Amino acid sequence: MHDAPSTKELIEAVKRFIDETASKQLTGHAAFHARVASNVLGTVMRELEQRPGAESAEAASLATLLGADAGADTDSLNRDLCARIRSGAMTLSTPGLLEHLKTTTIAQLSIDQPNYSGLARAVTPRR
Amino acid sequence: MASPFFLVIVAKMGSPDQITSALKAWATAKFGGDADIVGAKRLSGGASQETWAFDVVSGGAATPCILRRAPGGTPVPATSHAIGLPMEAKLISAAAEAGVPVPAVLGVMGSDSAIGDAYIMSRIAGETLGRKILRDEEFAAARPRLSAQCGKALAGIHSIPLGSLPDLPANDGVSQLDRYDEIYRSFDLPRPVFELALAWLRDTAPEPAQQVLVHGDFRLGNLMVDAEGLASVLDWELAHIGDPREDIAWLCVNSWRFGHSENRVGGFGPLDELLDAYAAAGGQRFREQDIDWWEIMGSLKWGIMCMIMYRAYSSGADPSVERAAIGRRVSETEIDLVNLLEGVRARA
Repeated sequence: MHDAPSTKELIEAVKRFIDETASKQLTGHAAFHARVASNVLGTVMRELEQRPGAESAEAASLATLLGADAGADTDSLNRDLCARIRSGAMTLSTPGLLEHLKTTTIAQLSIDQPNYSGLARAVTPRR
Repeated sequence: MASPFFLVIVAKMGSPDQITSALKAWATAKFGGDADIVGAKRLSGGASQETWAFDVVSGGAATPCILRRAPGGTPVPATSHAIGLPMEAKLISAAAEAGVPVPAVLGVMGSDSAIGDAYIMSRIAGETLGRKILRDEEFAAARPRLSAQCGKALAGIHSIPLGSLPDLPANDGVSQLDRYDEIYRSFDLPRPVFELALAWLRDTAPEPAQQVLVHGDFRLGNLMVDAEGLASVLDWELAHIGDPREDIAWLCVNSWRFGHSENRVGGFGPLDELLDAYAAAGGQRFREQDIDWWEIMGSLKWGIMCMIMYRAYSSGADPSVERAAIGRRVSETEIDLVNLLEGVRARA
């Protein structure tokens, strides 16, 4: 299989087309949707780079938190975690729970919306 | 999902020409036979309703107007908790009587009219975009006034006698929690942060406050601001009977601070100023910590609303890129919930 252009290059090319050519010829609702489309491509590019690492880290952290076997699939572990929180077996005061959720959410948001103010707040030490 | 509902929307979608000719009949009846509709233009942004700007020109004078219309003229689907446009128009009139800054309602149309479910109001000059209000020099003098102005406006809304209102839905904190819990669960997309927020909210639900008319979406984006401050309170579609702290906290939700997290109220001011003005205008005296539970509830609600909007994409009901993209904003509310719960834990 060829990778020239690579997936990243192809997405970059489309994003550049939207930002530098298409957007300038659009107004109103269509211009708004073009900005959204460009942002989506930014998310896709970050996802390609960051998701594999973030997902392994999440799985390892879930396994530790839940005392599960390393290598269990992330979706089942997350469902197990949700069930334990819902039943009251794990709460805000459970050691490690909020830390796990914070690390996972920071990783997700770094892909989804890295400029969101709440992310900066989360990674800044509290007063 | 190629639902019949979706096909109806497409069939009734209005072009500027169709909207203009439908408005002309209304304008000639209200302003006189010479009335003309000029510059009808759909505004960007609004998602659950169409918003159009236009001028009525009659007798040499132009009246700037806004048309609020159900998408394609068709009432919104049952997944929304919007109250309907005719009801919205009635509430705006009631708010005007209570001294709340709102536009004048100029006309109300039913679903059997040419334009569909809709109302027309005067177009107030100013800015609604949160980022501009919080950043632009033009609003430098307005920003320090907004907390107190919002407190006064909310006290006005919350003072509207409930007996004078048409039948509005009523829901308090716990019933909202039940509703959003059920919606979240129906998606079968597990989100542990939401589970923790739901569990914490359930364990710590405050005693209900005295029920009032709640605007339901009082935040930057729905507030018209000019150089002097708050010019008009818009977007009444989520109004209901409920807890006054809901409105105050919704304005504090970080999603509406547009990057200015340091200012708890809307990214523009401190909460104590809002609460002082609220009490001075006759509202109940709340403390800052009374707002915490509702702010966490607010972030959770917005997160689940984002999931609902993404669901409109994944179900095929709304194929727009905007609806797809909003599914990747859910994590914004998750980090806000984590930050808020961290604060709660630190204070415990």
